[in-house]
Formats: sequence, structure tokens, C-alpha cells
Amino acid sequence: MTWWLEVALRIVVIFGVFLTVPLLVGQMEHKAMAHMQGRLGPMAAGGFHGWAQLVADGVKFAQKESVVPAAADRKIFQLAPVVALLPYLVVLVTIPVGPGTQVGVDLDLGLFFVLAVLGVAVLGTLMGGWASANKYSLLGAVRTAAQLMAYELPLILSAASVAMAAGTLSLTGIVEQWRWYWLPMQLIGAFVFFTAGLAELQRPPFDMPVADSEIIFGAYTEYTGLRFAFFLLAEYAGIVVFCLLTTVLFLGGWHGPFADQQLGWLWTMLKTLALAFVVIWLRVSYPRLREDQLQKLAWTVLIPLSLAQLLITGVVKVL
Amino acid sequence: MTEPTEGLQSEDNRSEGTGSTNNGDASVPRKAIPGAGLITGLATTFKTMMHRSHTVQYPDVAPVLPPRTRGVIALIEENCTVCMLCARECPDWCIYIDSHKETVPAGPEGGRDRTRNMLDQFDIDFSLCMYCGICIEVCPFDALEWSPEFEYAEYDIKDLLHDKTRLGQWVETIPAPVALDPAAEAPKEIALAEKAAAKKQAEQRTDPAKETAE
Repeated sequence: MTWWLEVALRIVVIFGVFLTVPLLVGQMEHKAMAHMQGRLGPMAAGGFHGWAQLVADGVKFAQKESVVPAAADRKIFQLAPVVALLPYLVVLVTIPVGPGTQVGVDLDLGLFFVLAVLGVAVLGTLMGGWASANKYSLLGAVRTAAQLMAYELPLILSAASVAMAAGTLSLTGIVEQWRWYWLPMQLIGAFVFFTAGLAELQRPPFDMPVADSEIIFGAYTEYTGLRFAFFLLAEYAGIVVFCLLTTVLFLGGWHGPFADQQLGWLWTMLKTLALAFVVIWLRVSYPRLREDQLQKLAWTVLIPLSLAQLLITGVVKVL
Repeated sequence: MTEPTEGLQSEDNRSEGTGSTNNGDASVPRKAIPGAGLITGLATTFKTMMHRSHTVQYPDVAPVLPPRTRGVIALIEENCTVCMLCARECPDWCIYIDSHKETVPAGPEGGRDRTRNMLDQFDIDFSLCMYCGICIEVCPFDALEWSPEFEYAEYDIKDLLHDKTRLGQWVETIPAPVALDPAAEAPKEIALAEKAAAKKQAEQRTDPAKETAE
């Protein structure tokens, strides 16, 4: 009985986090981006500094008609948003937020599982783009695929460096093994992981799969209403998950300057939100890379860097 | 073939070199640190975030409009003589004027009756007006003025035709003339008056001297 209760509680908490933290990041994007451009951002919805803007957006999306194009592959088209969104929820289950049992499920193969499932999320975009029967959607999907190919490798190589240093694939194990000197040691890895994560999320400056000035909105062009909202939620859930992962792997997760055991989850959330702010900051500061520049960055910069990181970790480990 | 182009290039370099040696020097440190531009970009956005935003919360906060804002055209009806200059000069013909003549009887001490133009209709169609201000410039009797009011949007385009009562209501929103720049020349009228006053004063000063001499 208590076991069921605990499982139910964990599911509710994780689901709650999954639904609220992406909105928090979205609101932060609204406000931070606005102020970086000398604007105020949403001010009206909800009264105080537009805090309810995303709730209002959600209500609007729910009211819109969900159109399926006549030529579209109906089933795939309708399934795609769920495929894009669900993996992030699944990944969230395995990420440790605090010390001890503050994790949905402590998997021995946590890192492996997480990286494998995150790849599935990109499939949702591919499915949507293919099933839309629209040339812009298809172009966006193909670009997504190319980006996935290019950035999955540096992502995995830099994550492997951490797993090597910790001697375990379990995410809780990695955080427990974490020492402060990993910060400088894994600096290159952290940079590569974060950059590759940005590219995998199709966030600016790596957003050519949805480049609105070229291909309207890429794979999401034909989507309306709640399905479109699902894709948007997937993007922000993706930011949360990737920032959480970067925190757990490279920034020591729940380790903090004091009160690790009591305030562990708070340290994790603070680091995650700081990283999410960096994601937004990069979006405002940098223009979009061209498709070939993106590929060049992945294959000639990030992969050699991640291999160098592996080498450094290996040498330190042996010494 | 290669020699002349090389010569040209070197000449170009030389001619550029005289003027742009400083540019060359400035670009050296940029090249020295790769990615310095990326850091500058981040710093710029962060600095902007730390400053106050430029947004004015318009419906809640009235905007601070510059003097001479072209909001709406006001009509001072008493000044209008129905000379029709504004209607004729208007580039998109959005001023409609109609009038009739009235005889003003002669005064008690002789003279003759005079005719006077009475304004019946003075409409400006603000759905056509392009706010060039030519009508205001051309009016010889200052019957038209700019007012900074701008909140006269309508649900029906027909309601953008302001008649003379509506145009007259804008008069009270005409701001006082802007004060002159302290370094500016005095207005023509004042300059003339001051000149005359100075001349008179000089005459007064010399007059007593003349009197004593005589």
C-alpha cells in the first residue's frame, strides 16, 4: 500500500514539474528576451507583469481548431506531437533532483537510457514534417535529421567522458561521484554537451530546422491548436531536460556550497534555471547559423573537442 | 597578366594604407582573441537587460510627445476668410469648404455696404489627410493649427470626416508656441521693435545736447 502511494506521489510530482517548469522557462524567455531588447514583454495577462501570459496562450491554443491537411498522413500527423513531447517526460523520471531517493527511478543505465530516449524526441519532429505533405515541413524535417546526425555524436562522446570519470552510467552514481575539480576537468565536455544540446533542441543559434524566414516554421508549419502547443511545450520541456542533464553531469547536480542533504533539490533547480537563462541569452545574442556552418561546427569543432575531452578524462583517470 | 594586377593591388594597398592604417591596427586585437565577438554580443544583450526598458505603457501612461507633433488639425473659425487657399493646396483634396456672402450694412458715418464671406462648411477628411501640413503653412490668417491630439480613431471610416465644430473643438488642445532656443535670434517683430526703441533712446540722448548747443 505504501509502495503504491509512493509511486503515485512520485508520478504526480514529476508530472507537476513537467507541466510547470517549462512554463516557468517560457515566461523567463518572454521577460528576459524582452528586457534584453529594451522592451517590457507581456505586462497585461494576470495583472502583475504578465505572469499569466502562458496560461492565456494555453487557453488560446485550446480554443483553436486542430486542422489536419487533406494530403497529410493523418495518423502519423496526429501522433507526432505526442512522440515529440513524451520522451522528455520519460527522461525526467530518471534524473536525480536531490540526494538519496529524490529521483523518479534510479536506473543503473541511466545515462544510456536518457540519451537513447532523447533521440526519440527528435523523431516526433521528423514524423510531423514527413506526414504534413508540405515542402517546407519536409525541408524542416530533413534539416532536423541532419542536425540530429551531426550533434548526437558529440553529445554522446562528451557524456561518455563524464561516465568514464565517474566509473558508472547511473545518473545518481555520477552525481555522488562528482568532485569540485571535475568542473575545470570537464569544462570542454560541458561546453560540447551544452552546445550539442542546443542544436538537438533546435534552439537559436541552431534553429535552421524552424527558420521562419526561410521555411516558415519547418516541420511545425501545418500544425495548429493544441498539437502545435504540444510541440512548443516539447521545446521548453526539452530546454528543462537538457539543462537538468547538464547540471547533473557537469555542474554537480545537488551539490551546493552548503546544506547539500537538505537543500539539494534547490541547488539543482537553481543551476538548471541559470542554464535555461543562458539558453535564452544565447538566443537573443546570436544570429542563426547557416546549415553548412552548423554541420561544419559539429564535425570540425565539437567532435574533435569531445574526443580531446575523452583523452583528458582518460589521462586523469589513469593518473 | 599577373604583373599589372599585382601592381594595381599594391597601389590599392598603398592608397588605402595612407588613410586606414588605424583600421588595420584596430583589427589586430580582434583577430588575437577568437570568439571575442561572441563575448561582446553576450555583453551587449546583458547590458541592455540591466538598463531600463524604453517601452511606454501607452494606454496607462500618456506618451510624452515632442512639440510640433502632427496629431490633428484644428480650425480657428473666426480667423477663416474662406480664401480657399488650404483647399486648393491640399495634395489629396481632403478639405471641403462652402460659404455664402453676407452684406454688412454701412456704418453711421457714410461709406458703403460691405460684403463678407460667411463660412458654412469646413470639413477635413482625416481618412484622406496625409498630415503634410501644407494647409497650415499656406493659411494667411493662421486659422489652421496643429494639435498633438491623436486619439480620434473611429469604427466607421465616415466618422473620420471632421466638420467645423469638431475641428473647432481641437482648438483648446493647441499647445502654446514653443519657447525659442536661448541662442536663437529674436523673432522678427521683437527684433524690429527693439531696434526702433534703441533708435528712439539714442535720439533722446542726443536731443538735450542739441538743445544746450542751440
